[in-house]
Amino acid sequence: MVPLSYYLFLSGLIFSIGVLGFLIRRNLLVMFMCIELMLNGVNLFLVTFAKKFSSLDGQIFVFLIMTVAAAEAAVGLAIIIAFFRNKKSANVDDLNLMKW
Amino acid sequence: MQFFIFLIVAIILVVASILVIVQRNPVVSALFLIAALCAQAILYLLLNATFLAVIQIIVYAGAIMVLFLFVIMFLNLRKDEFGFEKRKAQRFFGILFAILLLVELGVVIKIGLSKIPSTEFSLDPDFGGVQSIGKALFTDYLLPFELTSVLLLVAMVGAIVLAKKKL
Repeated sequence: MVPLSYYLFLSGLIFSIGVLGFLIRRNLLVMFMCIELMLNGVNLFLVTFAKKFSSLDGQIFVFLIMTVAAAEAAVGLAIIIAFFRNKKSANVDDLNLMKW
Repeated sequence: MQFFIFLIVAIILVVASILVIVQRNPVVSALFLIAALCAQAILYLLLNATFLAVIQIIVYAGAIMVLFLFVIMFLNLRKDEFGFEKRKAQRFFGILFAILLLVELGVVIKIGLSKIPSTEFSLDPDFGGVQSIGKALFTDYLLPFELTSVLLLVAMVGAIVLAKKKL
């Protein structure tokens, strides 16, 4: 039997790895993948607590988070494609049209 | 036995996540992210979340990551566009703050765990199965369930409009 705190620490570790990747990479697509990693960390956390308190609320929440992540991935990638068509670059440092 | 499986799958998950952020080529990053998502699905199976494990593989690894790979190949990046942060100071502070976040999360989890009562609730055998989740989704959580259909419709319209050549 695995103590549930191990799952919680693992989910915190996954979340921090996602944050680290988001901060040090400049490619838009890899930054997006790090956002998905962060969402996965949170999902693991919620499912662990759903088991601990024997309540299905955590799992329903994870289901809804996955749906929102799918919708957000679709729209975000469409934005990246539209941006790439104009600037021919997938680097987030080139997203500087609003810079003064 | 369960601990052994957990250890192996957790190591696969952590190694795959680190390789996602370290790899230069975005296609290889996406493949490692698929490996991380499959490892997470096995963790869901260990946590009595069988429906979520299958949904994770079908939706996350099967649909979202395939969409990612389509877009990565569509953009067709050259080697020098793979994008690591060039300013050394930002890299250093990024790593520092991520480690600080990890330590803070560890402390918060440890303090929080000491406050909740550690009584083990007994799970009914269909916990997290399709029938239980279906019953909860269609009775207690009907409104969010119907709203996600609107959300997906809006996302679909938005994605089609944003990716058109001429608006």
